[in-house]
Amino acid sequence: MSEETKEALFSPKNKKLIAEPININNPVTIQVLGICSALAVTVQIDNALIMSIAVMAVLVIGNVLVSLMRNAIPSKIRIIVQLVVVAALVIIVSEVLKAYVYDVSKQLSVFVGLIITNCIIMGRLEAFAMGNKPWASALDGVGNGFGYGLVLVIVAFFKEVFGSGTITIPGFEKFHVIPQAFYDMGYENNGLMLLPPSSLIIVAIYIWFQKSKNPELIDEHGS
Amino acid sequence: MELVNIFVRSAFADNMIFTFFFGMCSYLAVSKTVKTAVGLGAAVIFVLGITVPLNFLLETYILKEGALTWLGEEYASYDLSFLSFIMFIAVIASTVQLVEMLVEKFSPALYGALGIFLPLIAVNCAILGGALFMQQKQFNNVGEATVYGLGSGFGWFIAIVLIAAIREKIKYSHIPGPLKGVGMAFILTGLMGLGFLGFLGF
Repeated sequence: MSEETKEALFSPKNKKLIAEPININNPVTIQVLGICSALAVTVQIDNALIMSIAVMAVLVIGNVLVSLMRNAIPSKIRIIVQLVVVAALVIIVSEVLKAYVYDVSKQLSVFVGLIITNCIIMGRLEAFAMGNKPWASALDGVGNGFGYGLVLVIVAFFKEVFGSGTITIPGFEKFHVIPQAFYDMGYENNGLMLLPPSSLIIVAIYIWFQKSKNPELIDEHGS
Repeated sequence: MELVNIFVRSAFADNMIFTFFFGMCSYLAVSKTVKTAVGLGAAVIFVLGITVPLNFLLETYILKEGALTWLGEEYASYDLSFLSFIMFIAVIASTVQLVEMLVEKFSPALYGALGIFLPLIAVNCAILGGALFMQQKQFNNVGEATVYGLGSGFGWFIAIVLIAAIREKIKYSHIPGPLKGVGMAFILTGLMGLGFLGFLGF
């Protein structure tokens, strides 16, 4: 029995695997991965939630599968093997979404398929699952999935509240946040918030906020 | 005329970067200098121009509902479209590999310019995104699909070259520390996106 197999399931090292991606090593804002879908499916909170759950499911299962096979995959064809694992999982996720939440899957349209090329998934498979044990890889998947979901929901929250004045949570009715009295006084929803460019600016502000809280992340030589 | 329409629409109005955020990862990572940006942009045009028509043929003759009719009447009711993700990604990955080998063999100069970018492209969302949008748009023939691929690639090329040019110059500006690097690139892309919304008629 080696030292590692005796390690507790939630040792400090494993806890770090979940905690770090949520804040100081966030996949979207710090590692800059998986931006495509993070920005495009954030018009409503329920879309963002379902998208993050889908990505997290693919990420955790894919991480575990690749980690189990890591010693059997020849390094020359590893990208293709990883792609096939991910593509098969995404097909399952897409069929499940079509069966249970058809409306949302219509709104997500091509972005469900694009989970295949989501850089977070390929990045984590390549950087983590190929060199670690299944349990650690699963935790890494959960952590990165949460980090991704967190950014998605924050962006979607601002876009939906200021863009259409509502909050949509799956399973509940649309909730109107801005009271009618405001509209009577002349307040109007900001249509610009619903358009693609505003999600970029919200993410940029989030990065600004996050890096001001953690100055060690600042990229002094960046341009 | 229809072809010109598709080209302009896919390059400007439905710009891959500014409207759909396809391929943002490599867009942000490789846009530090204009030279590399031009290389990656050209590789994307090239690969989209090849894979979109290939995937179109695959979609029309194998995957779509009733596409297998050419095999015989009894296959007319087959619908293989649930396989499209895995087929498209297989076509893309193998085409990229094949193109890389061919370019290396026949045009070492081009390989020197594009070579290192080609493997990156297999997992660029812009390529798979192009294929999936092609599936949604239901083009009439291969010509239209090819023009769509080239147009989308051209739109991506413009976007990455523009942001690289701006990022080269912005090095000399005073940017608040936490926004340096990625943060500023996001804001710049957002502002450019606002400009590109003009093509949609906002």
